Amino acid sequence: MEFDTVMVSRLITAMTLIFHIVFATLGVGVPLFISLAELIGIKKKDNHYILLAKRWSRGFVITVAIGVVTGTAIALQLSLVWPNFMQLAGNVIALPLFMEVFAFFFEAIFLGIYLYTWDRFKGKYTHWLISLPVVFGAGISAVFITTVNSFMNSPDGFTMDNGEFAAVNPIEAMLNPSAPTRIAHVLGGSYLTVAAILATIAAIALLRKKGAASYHKKALKMTVASIFIFSVLTAIAGDLSAKYLAEHQPEKLAAAEWHFETEENADLVLFGWLNEENEVVGEIRLPGFLSFLAHGNFASEVTGLEATPEDERPPLWVHYMFDLMVSIGMFLIGISLLYLLLSKFKRWNVHKNWMLWLLAISGPLAMLAVEFGWVYAEVGRQPWILRGYMTVDEAATSSPYIVHMFFMFLLLYIVLGTLFAITLRKLFKDNPAEVELEKHYPELREGETK
Amino acid sequence: MSYELIGISVLWLFLYGYIIVASVDFGAGFFAFYAKVTKREHVVNKLISRYLSPVWEVTNVFLVFFIVGIVGFFPDTAYYYGSALLVPASFALVLIAIRGSFYAFENYGSKQSNVYMFLYGATGLLIPAALSVAFTLSEGGFISEANGVVSLDHWKLFTSGLNWSIVALAIVSILFISASFLTYYASRANDQPALQLVRKWALFWATPTIIMALTTMIALSQNNERHYNNMLDLWWIFGLSVAFFLLSLALLYMGKNYGLAFIAVMLQFFFAFFGYGMAQYPYLLDPYIHIASSVTNESMAIALIAAFIGGLLMLVPSLILLMRLFLFDADYAKGKK
Repeated sequence: MEFDTVMVSRLITAMTLIFHIVFATLGVGVPLFISLAELIGIKKKDNHYILLAKRWSRGFVITVAIGVVTGTAIALQLSLVWPNFMQLAGNVIALPLFMEVFAFFFEAIFLGIYLYTWDRFKGKYTHWLISLPVVFGAGISAVFITTVNSFMNSPDGFTMDNGEFAAVNPIEAMLNPSAPTRIAHVLGGSYLTVAAILATIAAIALLRKKGAASYHKKALKMTVASIFIFSVLTAIAGDLSAKYLAEHQPEKLAAAEWHFETEENADLVLFGWLNEENEVVGEIRLPGFLSFLAHGNFASEVTGLEATPEDERPPLWVHYMFDLMVSIGMFLIGISLLYLLLSKFKRWNVHKNWMLWLLAISGPLAMLAVEFGWVYAEVGRQPWILRGYMTVDEAATSSPYIVHMFFMFLLLYIVLGTLFAITLRKLFKDNPAEVELEKHYPELREGETK
Repeated sequence: MSYELIGISVLWLFLYGYIIVASVDFGAGFFAFYAKVTKREHVVNKLISRYLSPVWEVTNVFLVFFIVGIVGFFPDTAYYYGSALLVPASFALVLIAIRGSFYAFENYGSKQSNVYMFLYGATGLLIPAALSVAFTLSEGGFISEANGVVSLDHWKLFTSGLNWSIVALAIVSILFISASFLTYYASRANDQPALQLVRKWALFWATPTIIMALTTMIALSQNNERHYNNMLDLWWIFGLSVAFFLLSLALLYMGKNYGLAFIAVMLQFFFAFFGYGMAQYPYLLDPYIHIASSVTNESMAIALIAAFIGGLLMLVPSLILLMRLFLFDADYAKGKK
């Protein structure tokens, strides 16, 4: 690996995105659950859910703050670090970027209103209604940004004329071939991950046995049910994404699956590693399953990496990213299904320690899966920044100061990450749920001690 | 009207919006720190934080909107400014990040510490300083392109009189705008002690604002004669700006109609900012980016304008709601809600 300006440009962008995606994911997903909790609270007249919504939104504000600043960073870095890319692609894909800012603006306004008006309205549902534009704004932002990223994978909506884009159709560029499946996968994944993070919080609180057990159990039930729904939906969207890849971006799928030669009835390779002759060893082989994954038919032909010129192949380590992402996804489906089934048995205590522990690790695992998935999505597109039209080498800035900027941003993210953790800790440690329940809703005092 | 003219007018309007909204925010940070140092924080800081809490995120979006918009309408700006501004814009980004997140950490997390107040005050002055460098660059002579590589002459920029007067103008303007807004907000909240203090600040920062504006004109005449002469041709716009400046000064001095005084300040900057922009026309970067040759293709321009109109139809009502609930709700401003 050479540390030239291109390499550092890639590293600085990777760093910003790896940091930002945590907060972006939370930013997309948390509003949905705040809104759901408040709605259930109003419907069931259960203040436990209202408090859930309040406490989640309080933590959410801090994550939004970091989401906003890192989002601003990536918006500017696109032009600062990849000026040639933006000059070219800006002609075709500026529209969703532009609309994303509007969507965020809209969301920010209503979030501000939502946070500061808990007790200001007379109508029962008025305050809840304000959460809807927040949920919508957050979701549609993700849609717009994902169309931009999809455009980088499957550019569409223009013709090439003497090195310049001509006959541009911005809507067609947004609705490029990979957009629909990727949008579904990103949205589903965000809701899934947030549900898992919120379940983790509830599970840890139950493990600590500090009180307010029924409050935390309600949170757990609601979030685990959501994990199940969204993990299944995300898996379906992921499967459709794989079918898209097989059709339009075969080298990306082939690199992820270590599928070197084009063949029919192709095996699915799970895990393993490459020896010095670049042969796969120690893997688990599922005969014919790659063909099934790619085309829904065990006999179908799957294009191998050999079909792609050597200098246009993505690095092979993305295989691990892909496998880890999928494994975590399967774990989440399994654990949430188990919880839901066991909770149907009235005599069985579903809140056993082992179950709580498994749920407690779900959140961090889900967030890791988001990271693995994005690393796969980005590295699997290499060497292209705009597949078929521009490579990352051609797109990067030529400024030598990029190295200094890398360390400056690294420092910034370390500071932000640390302060984020400290602030969240303080915010909830000094004011745990049991204390707040006692203070604001003494009528809900519980008889049980568990 | 051609697409590029619509595009740049809209973007310029948004940049103007950012300058006003962000000035209030940046200046408030400085004043909050200053009040703390001079042990008068009990007089004004409650007022300041009451205003800032619901609106701080909105400020940032104005800036992102302008940047994304200008890159969309004029993709060449990404190439030239993106390459040249790597260092100053990255600094501004780090400062914005520190300011935005610390605001949330401190306000929602815990009590206000001295370190935080200092950072909040300092970034309020440093961010506009770093961002205003873009205005200097647009005058030309600092960015050069050779063999397909765009580079910025950092030393020339650092030693440029024009640059420093623009930076100084940005800072004093911010303090003036912010103080006159806070005067209005204090009168709205009927907070007499705070009102007297912030009114004094507004009157104090008025003079440096006009002095720095004239200094910048002189520095500009030595740097970009074309731009300077265009500004002289548009003398009546700058005349209007001065007239509104005098009106706001008079109202602040007489101590009445603070709402009108702030509107006059806004109009003062509106005319100055548009006069400045119109004089720079048709260059976005003298001489590399000409507005007509750098504009994006027609279908993208139409799509962006359509998105803009659609966006405004959504945003304006929401912004009015936000303002009615917080800014212009007298009970909220007084702290009763």
